[in-house]
Amino acid sequence: MSLVATLASGLSNPARFMSVSRWLAPVLGAGAALALLAGLALGLGVPDDYQQGPTVKIMFVHVPAAIMSMTAYACLAGASFFGLIFRHALAYAAAKAAAPLGAAFTALALATGSLWGRPMWGTFWVWDARLTSELVLLLLYIGYLALHAAMDDDEKGARAAAILALIGVVNLPIIHFSVEWWNSLHQGETIFAAGGSKAAPVYLAPLGLMMLGFLLLFGALWLVRTRTEVWRRRAAAQALRAAR
Amino acid sequence: MDLLHAGKYAIYIYPAYGLTALVLIGMTLQTLIAAQRARLKANPDKARGEEIGD
Repeated sequence: MSLVATLASGLSNPARFMSVSRWLAPVLGAGAALALLAGLALGLGVPDDYQQGPTVKIMFVHVPAAIMSMTAYACLAGASFFGLIFRHALAYAAAKAAAPLGAAFTALALATGSLWGRPMWGTFWVWDARLTSELVLLLLYIGYLALHAAMDDDEKGARAAAILALIGVVNLPIIHFSVEWWNSLHQGETIFAAGGSKAAPVYLAPLGLMMLGFLLLFGALWLVRTRTEVWRRRAAAQALRAAR
Repeated sequence: MDLLHAGKYAIYIYPAYGLTALVLIGMTLQTLIAAQRARLKANPDKARGEEIGD
């Protein structure tokens, strides 16, 4: 069994999950703070890009936010899949916990992208394939949260929202490949381009640190929010027992 | 090192970083406050002393 599968099967036990996440979340949070501070210190001091000038510094917040918007959705969809297949309450809790974080990263990616687009393209917004598919991702997150909240029965809400989340997975490759499939104002694949990164090496260290910081922060907050959901359900069950 | 140099593009660069700080800090605070509330609600008697229920 692979390491990921072992970890997933171990953490699917709620008691073990609560025990592991109790120390893992602060460790990830501390790692995130260190990586973000180091990335910020390096990123704000990089030389101007020959084409983009100092606006290249927006890359250090925009690219990690955009990558995390999709990573969080992949986590949401993965947890939804396990919830639907195994009817596992912890998987549904993890899916629900990832949604607000993913929505925040997506909104941040759109906002910072607009602030980068204005000086580079001359406009804050254009109905371009990359921007539009990222906006659709934000709407999917909002739809997921709204559907969850619309149902009184937690289980039914989780199941309906999970189905929506799985349908929305089709948007992830559309976002990623949009700059290749259609003509786009948005620049093509730069960091993870085939044959190596097209970005100047001086930008890669701060960008890598910021991406690591965003990823670790997401991990820490996802664990804490999943714990919150477990406590919320525990309190609801206690209230139900007390009412009987 | 030309730290914080943004030239005429400062009106785009600083808001991008400010917005990012606001979202990351806000997200963290909201998550921690909600967790604390839920923990107290799930463990009303003991949660004040030590973290239990894990």
